[in-house]
Amino acid sequence: MSLMNALARMEAAACGRAQPLATARHRHLAERPMVFVPLTTAGETGAPLGALVGTDRESPELFTVPQPRDRDLRFAFLARLADTLLPHLESCQDDVELVERKETDPESGKRVTVQTELCADAPQLLVPNGPGVDFVRLLGRSMRFRRTAEEAPDSAYPAPPRVPLLGRWLTHYAERARVPGSSLLLPLTGLLTRHWATGQSHLEDQHLGALLAWIAPPDGPGGPDGVPRAGAAAARRAELARDAAGQLVRPPAGPATDPAFDNRLLAPAVDRYDAGLPGAEAEVRELLASQLRPTWDAVWQGVDLLRELPEAEHVPDRWRRDRQSYTHHRDRLRAGEPPQPRRDDAVTAARKLAMREQRQAELEAQEALDDPLVMAVRRLAGEAFAARVTGVEMAYSDGRRPTPRPRVTVSTADTPLLEEGDKVYRALPAGGQQPAEVVSPGGDGDGLVLRLTGGMGRGKEPAPGTVPEPGERVCWTLFEHAPRGGAGLPEPEDTPWTHGGPPGEPTAEEPDPVTAEDVL
Amino acid sequence: MTALDSPAASPAQAAADATAAILRDTLDGAHRGVVVDSPPGAGKSTLVVRAARELAAAGHPLMVVAQTNAQVDDLVDRLATADPELPVGRLHSSDPAPYDPALDRHPAVRTSAKAGELAGLDVVVSTAAKWAWVKSAEPWRYAIVDEAYQMRSDALLAVAGLFERALFVGDPGQLDPFSQVAADQWAGLSYDPSASAVSSLLAHNPRLPQHRLPVSWRLPASAAPLVSDAFYPYTPFRSGTGPGARTLALERAGDGSPVDRVLEEAAGSGWGLLELPARRTPRTDPEAVAAVAGVVERLLERGGLAVSERGPEPVPLTADRVAVGTAHRDQAAAVRARLAALGVAGVAVDTANRLQGREFDVTVVLHPLSGRPDATRFHLETGRLCVLASRHRHACVVVCRAGVAALLDDHPSAEPVRLGAAERAPDGWEAHQAVLAHLAEHTVQLS
Repeated sequence: MSLMNALARMEAAACGRAQPLATARHRHLAERPMVFVPLTTAGETGAPLGALVGTDRESPELFTVPQPRDRDLRFAFLARLADTLLPHLESCQDDVELVERKETDPESGKRVTVQTELCADAPQLLVPNGPGVDFVRLLGRSMRFRRTAEEAPDSAYPAPPRVPLLGRWLTHYAERARVPGSSLLLPLTGLLTRHWATGQSHLEDQHLGALLAWIAPPDGPGGPDGVPRAGAAAARRAELARDAAGQLVRPPAGPATDPAFDNRLLAPAVDRYDAGLPGAEAEVRELLASQLRPTWDAVWQGVDLLRELPEAEHVPDRWRRDRQSYTHHRDRLRAGEPPQPRRDDAVTAARKLAMREQRQAELEAQEALDDPLVMAVRRLAGEAFAARVTGVEMAYSDGRRPTPRPRVTVSTADTPLLEEGDKVYRALPAGGQQPAEVVSPGGDGDGLVLRLTGGMGRGKEPAPGTVPEPGERVCWTLFEHAPRGGAGLPEPEDTPWTHGGPPGEPTAEEPDPVTAEDVL
Repeated sequence: MTALDSPAASPAQAAADATAAILRDTLDGAHRGVVVDSPPGAGKSTLVVRAARELAAAGHPLMVVAQTNAQVDDLVDRLATADPELPVGRLHSSDPAPYDPALDRHPAVRTSAKAGELAGLDVVVSTAAKWAWVKSAEPWRYAIVDEAYQMRSDALLAVAGLFERALFVGDPGQLDPFSQVAADQWAGLSYDPSASAVSSLLAHNPRLPQHRLPVSWRLPASAAPLVSDAFYPYTPFRSGTGPGARTLALERAGDGSPVDRVLEEAAGSGWGLLELPARRTPRTDPEAVAAVAGVVERLLERGGLAVSERGPEPVPLTADRVAVGTAHRDQAAAVRARLAALGVAGVAVDTANRLQGREFDVTVVLHPLSGRPDATRFHLETGRLCVLASRHRHACVVVCRAGVAALLDDHPSAEPVRLGAAERAPDGWEAHQAVLAHLAEHTVQLS
């Protein structure tokens, strides 16, 4: 955690309400996000209890499983979930724009321009918290290798028709959620903690109710005129307050349920269902709704809070990558490719890691450029500095074709970690970045001297507006604004001997074997 | 002296035997790869240079992969110095000032940003990142991968198609490669891209011959046993010099201050711990930074005379033979600023990551856990402490706040154990305790 974010958390703890970490919204928020609030069964991996799903905050759809250990009931639940989620996940497949892309022609080996489709929008999925994302991943894993009756006529337990397809979509969304800055599948707690700092621990921030209490206390804004420490007090109530029956007033945001609820209310109701008592199924349904609805409302409250922040400038660029990811998945489905494998092969794993590292660097740079509060974090860490230009001296490079290399002297109150020869960058007014080299790091009253090394056009003289004027305030960063990726990796079929050689042809993997525990 | 491998052999003999076995396996062995573990200062670079020359002499042109440009420049310089006639290529990036201009003084070294222009040379050296851009139809018969434990598995994946067989050399005790993003989803896979290149290589080729260099020529007799026990418990090594073979004398008398006393302790025993009162501090603890700078200033003021096996005459200790090691960049910057204010110039001040592979007579180390409220995985990392504690030929002074032992007890290692993933042995917690226990005998308190 950066020093400034630690300070924000301490301030929040001291004054009892959340402190802003950003002045803009750094993630895409769809106009009509699909909100998915799942609950899972304690002690049974991947056994959903129920879920609230929908794009309309007033009328969510409620699905429940009266006996979560019954596989037929689970499949029925998943089939209904697929009927609701899939139309939304597939809704953006056909509205496409044509974009041009450079590609290496396999025959000539030359770089050629090809036209490809890019979906104009992509559906967004919101879950309450980080464990919710993990649960989406788990659901995807449990469904994508299933075979339907059509695919495996002899199977004793065929999956309902659209369930494996939902598994592939959820797997894709959950895998995409691991990419820094991506927005296809987002946890609300992650979104909120990116923009506000609370005075509680990161673990406690996973409690959506408590987190919201810090940011928007129900008793009003707090502070000097309002209720003192309103956020902290409300968060405490959200976490701990129980009613006369010993049940939490604000149930946890799932997917795990509160043990007191499990023991005192849910287990007896499920027993009554098992005993075949009339009305038992409706009772389980009511109980689960009572646990889900507060979280559902909290998710939408969080969405409202986030909508008040203006969208940061680079968010559409990153959302475009999400749309690309969505389009690629659509293409793989349409091409009839097998489900995503259980484990990545060596090349795929390395490619994913390289891509995510590049996205991480890009995200950090873009957030800082988009938001002065985020840039302040980097400035305090010595990774950027705001400076006033005190002098500009024209100079040219040696060589046959001299190019402009102006020396710019600046004065700064920041303390960047600079040495002679380091590279720094600034955003040009017309877009793009300008590199410069540190000639002298200054200090002791001497100005910091930089030599501009690019971004001035191709002419003998710098293009207008590309050299800062004396008196101008410029923010320089020690990091590149658009970090470059490394060289590519070999194709999977060229995996070298050091990494086990080629993995072989991708084939559809067998579904998980049915065990005795599957048919309790 | 405790001899570990063959009691009768002298250090020189043991090292020569190991080198001969490595070269035999590399040149004539049946396996596609040979792995060499090298403790700090065991002559890894010398081995790489020798293996490269022997392969070239046997008519096998080879590629050499190192991890950083500084390492590549250093290797090329050593190769060209050892054999001025050897045609060596330095493949570099197309950035401005891509290589050390000092290489231009070697007539047989050719530099280029294009692999094609270096074709046909006996040895071509570059970084893994640059090699990954090279597309060649015909793979090299031989390669040497230097600092292979610092190389990430995915970096090896990108370049391994360029060669048929390779000698992998590295120090398993140094800092592991790392990733800025979570890579947990691949933990335990044999080709986990965030693991070290050697772990992937050995997971897929478990029968490759593994050698190790048994003698550290850098570490003095006072340091080798501690570093070996604390960081290499299963692959011990010994010092190439016996007790008393290296001495450090301070020319001017001390004034009895804690700084002077810790210098005397370190000069006499090889280790010194300057302990500040226990306190929780920010990373750039001003008192600890001042203490580090004060130790360096006083050391240069009093003047050291170093005697070693290199020659009979005492060599004056100059600023370029002294280094300061820290865990974080801002700490290094703070020490640098403080030294500049004291008028001390020429002392290398850097983080463990950047001091890897370098050697000094005396090092002053700001302990990674000094003044911290917690012991995170970063600060506990075995390699970080190992690098900081193994850069010196004569003496090492550690500056630290009191209370680190209690801090360690409060923060036992709590990292999840992953199925199939190789665990570091010893873990950082244990290594830290071992070093602290040893330093306790050389403590001087700064009150």
